[in-house]
Amino acid sequence: MAKLNMVQAVNLALAQEMESDPTVLVMGQDVAVDGGVFRATEGLLDKFGAMRVVDTPLAESGIVGGAVGMAIAGLKPVCEMQFSGFSYMMMGQFEAHVTRMRSRTHGQLNLPMVIRMPFGGGVRALEHHSESREVLYAHQPGARVVIPSGPRNARALLVAAIRDPDPVVFMEPKHSYRAFREEVPDESETLPIGKAQVVQEGTDLTLISWGAMMRPTLKAAATVEKERGASIEIIDLLTIAPLDHETIAASVSKTGRCVVVQEAPRSFGPSSEITAVINDKAFWYLEAPVKRLTGYDVVTPYFGREKSYLPNADQVVRGIVETLDA
Amino acid sequence: MPRKQLAKFTVPFLQILAPDGQADVKLDPGLPDDTLLALYRWMRLARELDERMLKLQRQGRLGTFPPNTGQEAVSVPAAMVMEPGDWFVGAFREAGGRLVRGEPLRAALDYYNGWEEGNVLPDRDLHIMPNSVVIGCQIEHAAGLAYASRYNKTGEVAVAFIGDGGTSEGGFHEGLNMAGVWKAPMVTIIQNNQWAISIPRSQQTASETLAQKGIAYGMPVMQVDGNDPLAVWVAVTEAITRARKGDGPTLIEAVTYRLMMHTTADDPTKYRTEEEEKQAWEHEPLVRTRKYLEGKGIWDQKREDALGAEVKAEVDAAVKDFETPHSWDQDEPFRHVYGTPHPVIEAQHREFLANLERGTDRG
Repeated sequence: MAKLNMVQAVNLALAQEMESDPTVLVMGQDVAVDGGVFRATEGLLDKFGAMRVVDTPLAESGIVGGAVGMAIAGLKPVCEMQFSGFSYMMMGQFEAHVTRMRSRTHGQLNLPMVIRMPFGGGVRALEHHSESREVLYAHQPGARVVIPSGPRNARALLVAAIRDPDPVVFMEPKHSYRAFREEVPDESETLPIGKAQVVQEGTDLTLISWGAMMRPTLKAAATVEKERGASIEIIDLLTIAPLDHETIAASVSKTGRCVVVQEAPRSFGPSSEITAVINDKAFWYLEAPVKRLTGYDVVTPYFGREKSYLPNADQVVRGIVETLDA
Repeated sequence: MPRKQLAKFTVPFLQILAPDGQADVKLDPGLPDDTLLALYRWMRLARELDERMLKLQRQGRLGTFPPNTGQEAVSVPAAMVMEPGDWFVGAFREAGGRLVRGEPLRAALDYYNGWEEGNVLPDRDLHIMPNSVVIGCQIEHAAGLAYASRYNKTGEVAVAFIGDGGTSEGGFHEGLNMAGVWKAPMVTIIQNNQWAISIPRSQQTASETLAQKGIAYGMPVMQVDGNDPLAVWVAVTEAITRARKGDGPTLIEAVTYRLMMHTTADDPTKYRTEEEEKQAWEHEPLVRTRKYLEGKGIWDQKREDALGAEVKAEVDAAVKDFETPHSWDQDEPFRHVYGTPHPVIEAQHREFLANLERGTDRG
């Protein structure tokens, strides 16, 4: 058991999976000698050599398309997109092949591959380095989109993603990369992909979030509990697609109230889908409209304005209170 | 600091068999008679299938498809010189090559009639990739397959195909660049058939040849007469040998002509002349190959007639099989979204089946 931040937890998952499975390899820009721009792959080159830790040319489509070929030939490539803002260069491969190969061949060809990418705001970075566009990947049938929120679940989910017989987009909230540490067990553990986690049980309101937004979410819940004595149930989605309808519906059926916190722009985002799922499965249990606290439908501003545009704990507190009082 | 020339490149060209069926004796690879007869037979079979598919499509018995008439001398010899285990990475105009690699005739019929079943191979180890309808992606797949061959030391070579239009796509360049850097055992064959739907070769790129694009990625290149199966045979053999030895990838441009429409939904009279097509037919590969065989004394009209009947019977049987009513499940796609079950998909699967049950009586 060691106290690790999320970058170290990702590194641990990669190192252990590469150790135990010789078909696992890591590929991407600057992942080998440099150890990745966030150091998530540091030390892997020394341990596993250049054939398994591949510094690729600057070509996102080539990386993902190459990984498709590798996966068909029996390898388990873990690709790194340096930033999610550059990943759209591989969207053609993703839509045309990554999500379709299994269905196209009725399972004769499957793609056990992972596409890791840091995403999200809050780190005072350049343009294209701060967006939350998980829905672009989540909207494609055949895709799995996983978003951890802390070191321990990042490690467990990444191990599960590498062992999965299908492609997984593994989006790492870079604001959480070094924000805090958690105890991460030495021995390998996994979490099921496709399953949300109830991180705190409660009876008055369901609070749903994922990724970096889990921190202001948890903070806000603690504040309202303290100030109002409310009992709040908190769900960490962990997997965006396919979405865990059951956990969401069961919780909202119990509490009758729901607030969703999302960093991404509001329209057509995961919070819209969550609201629709509640409408389908828990509508008659609702005591108040589902509240969404999200980013705005504007182009992500440069970091000079970034803080004003990210949902914060105060907003979440207000949202919870309004929903409790509705 | 003098100005000087740093590098100079050349693009070799190879033609062995002239349109009149005369082979250059110095270049003729001297293939055994039975190999030559098999080569011709595969090309004839591909042509027969193509012609039948066009009829079926025109009669409403088959969906849209891209004919490969006139391009048989590219994918057929390339597929024949590949070893078992090598990866055949097609675009979508390699019908002949796919047959050579072991894809049943029936597969193309099912695929182009709207059934994924046409992609399911009798054996996964045939290593035939499904068509890549999105242009250029397959070159990146081939680079990855070739990388895996090095990784697992299997000795397999990935042989990829793309059209002249495809050379303008990013996937072509990213894939070739990676293959070059990785010294990947990969052979890329451009079927330069002069037309990308309505865009002529001259409007596709200002490059003098398409082959030269490989030079930029550090690989040997060659332009061959793509209507000459012997030239393709020799060029691909050399490239595969080099790849298997560990000497990296090759780019081959096979100059040919798309004698038919892009797909059956296309009308070439809108953008090219009958005169141009007529001229192109004079260079088509089957007649040339037949003359060559006749010149060697191993072919004549009697054998031609017998082969015609044989390939017709083979295609007849495939069409009969294809048109025999089958009961493939409508709900099959729900079984292949993921390899493991998920409640969201399962719920929609049940919904789909219920809708199917209720029928569409009211339209």
